[in-house]
Amino acid sequence: MIETVDSLLTGTAMVLLLLVMVPLAISAWRMIVGPGYANRFIALDMLTGVAVALAALTAVATGRRQFLDIAFGVALIGFIATCAFAALLERKGDGQ
Amino acid sequence: MIVAIIAILLKLVGVIFLFIAALGILRLSDPFQRMHAATKAGTLGAGLVVAGAMVAIGTVTAIVIGTLTVIFLLLTVPVAGHLLGRAAYVSGAELNVVSGRDALEGVLPRGGDRKG
Repeated sequence: MIETVDSLLTGTAMVLLLLVMVPLAISAWRMIVGPGYANRFIALDMLTGVAVALAALTAVATGRRQFLDIAFGVALIGFIATCAFAALLERKGDGQ
Repeated sequence: MIVAIIAILLKLVGVIFLFIAALGILRLSDPFQRMHAATKAGTLGAGLVVAGAMVAIGTVTAIVIGTLTVIFLLLTVPVAGHLLGRAAYVSGAELNVVSGRDALEGVLPRGGDRKG
């Protein structure tokens, strides 16, 4: 019974990991295509959110709960990165 | 069993919200509308997925770290979105006005022609 629940959890987590690749690919496409710095930084902000979700799903799929710490770290770094890029964009101009 | 079902539902709803955010990033027409989709739906999606993983793992450490992550996301993503929106407006990003007029005109400098 316990093993069934465990395999159910890891199986769905793996399927969800595959599904999350689609938002990841779309955000990466927006980051590559742009146009302009503003769109790229917004796509980066979205990518950090997707990365947090990926780390959390990996924690369930592999059973290593340390990946939750990685999700926390990615959330921290993503906030700092977005702040830095916003400051850069505000100073530098040229949002097109 | 019921805990596993709750965890799976939370993760599934989170992934659906991430899909909605990606759809907004893909289809909306200017940086501000895209940011609107990415910050709200993206935060909710990531937060729900982390909550689902936290429920699925279920140890005390996982619950503490997961709760911290969700609170941190909810606190910081609006701030980051506000900073990005202000920076995009000031730097002169494309703005498709949908509601009649540019409400920030004259409030913030909009240096579209200012290079460097």
